[in-house]
Amino acid sequence: MVAVPAWITVFLNRPKTGLLGFVVLCLVIGLGAKNLYFRGDYKVFFEPNNPQRLAFEEMQNIFNKSENVAFLIVPQSGTIYDPVSFSLIHDLTHDAWQLPLSTRVESLSNYQHTYAEDDDLVVTDLILSGRATEEQVLWVESVVSGSPELKGRLVSENGDVAVINATIQLPDGDQTQEVIEIAAFARDLQTRYQQDYPNHRIYLVGMVIMNDAFAVAAQNDAQTLIPLMYLLIIIMIAILTHSWAAALATLTVVVGTIVIVMGGAGWYGIYLSTATVNVPTMVTTLAVADCIHVIVGLRYFLGKGLNRKQALLESLSLNIKPILITSITTAIGFVMLNFSAVPILAHLGNMAAAGVMIACLLSLTVLPALLMLMPVNTAQKDEGKHAFFRRGGQWVTRYYRRILPYSALIVLVAGGFASHNELNDIAVKYFDPDSRFRQAVDVQERYLGGMSNVDFVVYTNEPYGVTEPEVLASVDQFAGWLRNQPQVHHVLTFSDTMKRLSMNMHNDEAEAYRLPQNRELASQYLLLYEMSLPYGLDLTNQLDIDKSALRIVAVMSNLGSNEFTAFETQARQWFVQNAPGLRVEAASPPLMFAHIGERNMQSMVWGTVLALILISGLIVLALKSWRLGLVSLFTNLLPALVGFGMWGLLSGQINMALSVVLSMTMGIIVDDTVHFLSKYQIARNQKKRVSESIHYAFETVGLALTTTTLVLVAGFGVLTLSDFALNSDMGLLTLIIIVAALLVDLIFLPAFLMWLDRDRQVSNGEHYG
Amino acid sequence: MGKYCASWSACLILLALMTGNLVRADDAQTEGLRIAQERKARDRGWDNSVAEMTMILRNAQGQEATRDMRVNTLEVRDDGDKALTIFDSPKDVSGTAFLSFSHASEPDEQWIYLPALKRVKRIASRNKSGPFMGSEFAFEDMTSFEVEKFSYRFIRDDQFNGDDVYVIEQVPQDEFSGYSRQLVWIDKAHYRVRKAEFFDRKGAALKILEFEDYELYIGKYWRPKTSYMFNLQTNKSTKLVTHSLEFKVGLDESDFDKNSLRRAR
Repeated sequence: MVAVPAWITVFLNRPKTGLLGFVVLCLVIGLGAKNLYFRGDYKVFFEPNNPQRLAFEEMQNIFNKSENVAFLIVPQSGTIYDPVSFSLIHDLTHDAWQLPLSTRVESLSNYQHTYAEDDDLVVTDLILSGRATEEQVLWVESVVSGSPELKGRLVSENGDVAVINATIQLPDGDQTQEVIEIAAFARDLQTRYQQDYPNHRIYLVGMVIMNDAFAVAAQNDAQTLIPLMYLLIIIMIAILTHSWAAALATLTVVVGTIVIVMGGAGWYGIYLSTATVNVPTMVTTLAVADCIHVIVGLRYFLGKGLNRKQALLESLSLNIKPILITSITTAIGFVMLNFSAVPILAHLGNMAAAGVMIACLLSLTVLPALLMLMPVNTAQKDEGKHAFFRRGGQWVTRYYRRILPYSALIVLVAGGFASHNELNDIAVKYFDPDSRFRQAVDVQERYLGGMSNVDFVVYTNEPYGVTEPEVLASVDQFAGWLRNQPQVHHVLTFSDTMKRLSMNMHNDEAEAYRLPQNRELASQYLLLYEMSLPYGLDLTNQLDIDKSALRIVAVMSNLGSNEFTAFETQARQWFVQNAPGLRVEAASPPLMFAHIGERNMQSMVWGTVLALILISGLIVLALKSWRLGLVSLFTNLLPALVGFGMWGLLSGQINMALSVVLSMTMGIIVDDTVHFLSKYQIARNQKKRVSESIHYAFETVGLALTTTTLVLVAGFGVLTLSDFALNSDMGLLTLIIIVAALLVDLIFLPAFLMWLDRDRQVSNGEHYG
Repeated sequence: MGKYCASWSACLILLALMTGNLVRADDAQTEGLRIAQERKARDRGWDNSVAEMTMILRNAQGQEATRDMRVNTLEVRDDGDKALTIFDSPKDVSGTAFLSFSHASEPDEQWIYLPALKRVKRIASRNKSGPFMGSEFAFEDMTSFEVEKFSYRFIRDDQFNGDDVYVIEQVPQDEFSGYSRQLVWIDKAHYRVRKAEFFDRKGAALKILEFEDYELYIGKYWRPKTSYMFNLQTNKSTKLVTHSLEFKVGLDESDFDKNSLRRAR
C-alpha cells in the first residue's frame, strides 16, 4: 500500500475549502474560453513553410480561388431548351451576382459567345434579356452543340440540366461565418425561384455549400447527440455504481477538466480546429476511467466495513500509482504528436496531454472531496460482482491453454482484415443519402458526373509563353488525354478558346477550328479576345498576368482521396512522357483534402502507435519490470489491431475522423493495461502464485474496468446514431476499440501471463522488486 | 402622428427635420452635379494629345508584367473621346493597334488591327466593364469623363493629403457598367480627381484608384504622372505611368479611322 500524500489528504480533511478553490480555479481559467475561435480553413493542417501549401497558395494568388456555389436547374420537361427555362437561367444568373463575396458568375446565359460577321468579331451574351423566343432557343442549342467550353460544364451533355456557377473569394482565416451567410443567401434565391418556376427543380451544390453542410451537421450533433452522450454516461455511472452522487461527482470532474483545458487553451492563444474540437471527448474518456477506479475502490472498502474517510484513503492508496502511471504515460504519448508535421495535431496532443493530467489531479482531489460531502449509497454491496469477476479469473487461468491459440488466431485474422482498410475520404459520402445536400450531389452526379475538380497549371516561365504553338499543342493533347479518362467529365482548356478564335478570325469556317500556327497570331487573338470580355468573365481564372502560365480545369467524379492522388500521379506522368519541358502543378480543394487526409492519417496512426510503444517503455520504468513492460506492449497494440481489423470487416473505408480514434482511445487502452498489471504485480510481490495473482487482479479491477467500458460504450453508442458519417463512424470505431481493449486485458492478458510466467509459479520476487 | 409625438411642438420639429433632410438630399444632387460639371468644364479645349505610357500589372503572388503603349487621343465635343492605342510590348503583340470611340450614352465602338493577320477587325460588343489588357483598369475607367455617364450626389467635404476635397458619389447610368457606384475625391483648388473607390454590382468595395504627381500642361490641363489601381478583392494591382505627354500636336479625325489603324506602328 502506498501512503496517500498530503496534497490529497488535505481535500479529505477540508473538502469545502478544497472545492471552493476548485470553483475559483475553474472560473479564472475557464474565462480564457472567450479567446477561443474556430478555424475551419485548410491552412491549419499545414505549417506556413510546407511546400504543398506554398504551391497551392501560389496557384491561388496567380489565378482566382475556386470555391464556388452552383445552382443546378432541372426542368421536368427533360430539356432546358425552352423559353421558360431560358428566362429562369437568365434571371437567376443576374441575381447570383448578389451572392456575398462572389467574383464571377457563369452560366449559359452570360456565356460570351463569339462569331464572325463580315469583318466584325461579335461578342455577345448567349441569352439576351427579354429575347427568349423559340428562334433564339434553337440558335442557342446549335451554339452549345459546337462549344466544348459549355457542354458538360454549364449544360449537361443531353441538355437536361443547366448550371449557374458562382465563384466565391473567401477571406483567409475563419470562414465559417461567411460560408453560413453565403449559403443562406443562396438558399433564399433557390426558394424564391423554386416558387416562381414550379416546373423546374433547383438544387444547390459546390464547395461553399458543402462546407456549410459540414458546419450544420457538426452543429446538429453538437446540439443533440453530444449532450445525449454525456447524459447517458452519467446515467450509466449512476446505475452501475448505484449512486447518483458518484455520477454527479464524476460529471463535476469531467466538466471541470474540460473547462480548465479549453479555458487554458484560450489563455494560451490556441484556436479551435477540426482536430481540437475532439479534445473534450478525449479527456472525458480518461476522466471517467479515473473516477470510476476511485469510486469502485471506495465502494469495495465501504463494503468491507470501513468508514467513508478510511475507505476513500484505502481506495486512493490502491489507485494512486496506476492512475498516475496511466495519466503520465498517456500524456507523454499525446505530447509525441508534437512531432507531427500538422500544427493542429500538435495542438491536439498538447491539449489532450494537459487534459489527461488535469483529469488525473481532479479525480484524486476534487472527486474525494465531493465524495466526502455527498451521500454515497452503501446499502447495496458489490460483493457479488467482485465474486463474479473472481470466477471469471478462475475460468481464464483454468482454460488458458485453449484461450491462447484462439486469441492468436483472432489476432491473425484481425491483422489480415486490418490490412483491408484503405484510406478513402469521399467528403460527400459523409452525409446521409436522405439529406438535402446529398440529394443535390446525387442529382449532379447523375447528370454531370461530379462536383470535384482538379486544376492543372502549366508554367512556361516566359511572358506570353502560353501562346507558343508547341505549348498549346501539348495542352491540347493533354486535354484530349484527360477527356479519355473515365473519371473525367469535363475539361476546360484555353486551347479550345484558341481554336474557336481562330475559326472566328476566318469567317467561322469549320476547317479553321485549329490552333494558330505561330506565336504572334495566337498572342494577338488572345489580346483581341481579352479586350472584348466583360467584368467577372475575363480570362484571369485561366491565364496569369503575363500569360506565362495557364490553368486547365478537369471536372471529376466524386472520388476517394487515394483515387485523386493516383490520378494526379498519372497526369504528371503524362507530362513527363509527352511534354518534359513544361512544369506542371496540380491543385484544387478536393486534391488538397486528399493529401491532407493521407497526411493526417499517417501522422495520427503512426504517431499514436509510436506513442503506445513509448508508453510501454515508460511502463517498464514505472513497474520496474522489463517483463511486464513488454507484456504491456502487446496489450497496448492489440486493441488497435483488433479494432481496425473489425473495421476492415465492417467497412474498410478509413476517413479523416477515424484517424483520431486511436488517439481518442489511447487513454483507455493504457488504463486497462496499467491497472490490471499493477494489481497483478502487487499480488506477485506478496509471493502469490501466478493464478492467484490473476484472480486478485480480476477481483480488484475487473469491476472498475468493465464499468468504465460499459459507460463509455453507452456514451459513444449514441454517436453511432448520427446521420453524419464522420461522427457515427467515429463513435462505432471508438466503441469497438474500447471493447477490444477490455477483452484483451481480461482474457488474452491473463492467459498470456499464465503461459509467460508458468516457470515461476512460485515467485522469488526478484523480478518484480 | 400625434400619437407618437409628445406635443405639437415636437411634431413640428420632427416635420421640419424630415423636410430638411429631403431638401438636403436634393441639394446634395445639385451640388454633386455642379462639381462634376465644373470638373468637365476645366478640362475642355485640349483638342488632342499624344502620350507614352507603361502599365505595370502585379498579382497577389508579387509577379509583375509590363505593357508599353502609345495613346493618341482626340477630344470630341459633347461626346466621349476617340483614342488610338498602339502596343509596343510585350513583343508578341507589338504593333497591335486599338481604336475606340467612346460615347456618353451609346455603346462604344472598337476596332483592332492585328499585324500577324494583317486585318482590321471590329469588336461588336456592349461590354465596357472588362479589364483593359488584363489589368485592373476596366475599359470604362480608361475612357474620358463625360457628365452624362453618371448621376451625382455630394457626400461631404474632406481632406486628401492636406488638400481640401469634395467627396461625391457617382452612379453609372449604363446598365452594362461593372459598378453599382463610385466615390470620387475631387480637390477644391483645381477640380482634379485625387482618389476614387469603386463598388461592384452587389455593392461591395472592389477597387481603389489613386492619382499621384499631377503636372500642369500648356498652362491649363492637369494630368497625373501615375495612376495606381488596387483590387481589394483579389489583391491585384496595376500602376499606369505616363512617360511623356504632349497636347495640341495637330491630330484630326483622319488620324482616328480604320485606315489610320493600319498605318499605326
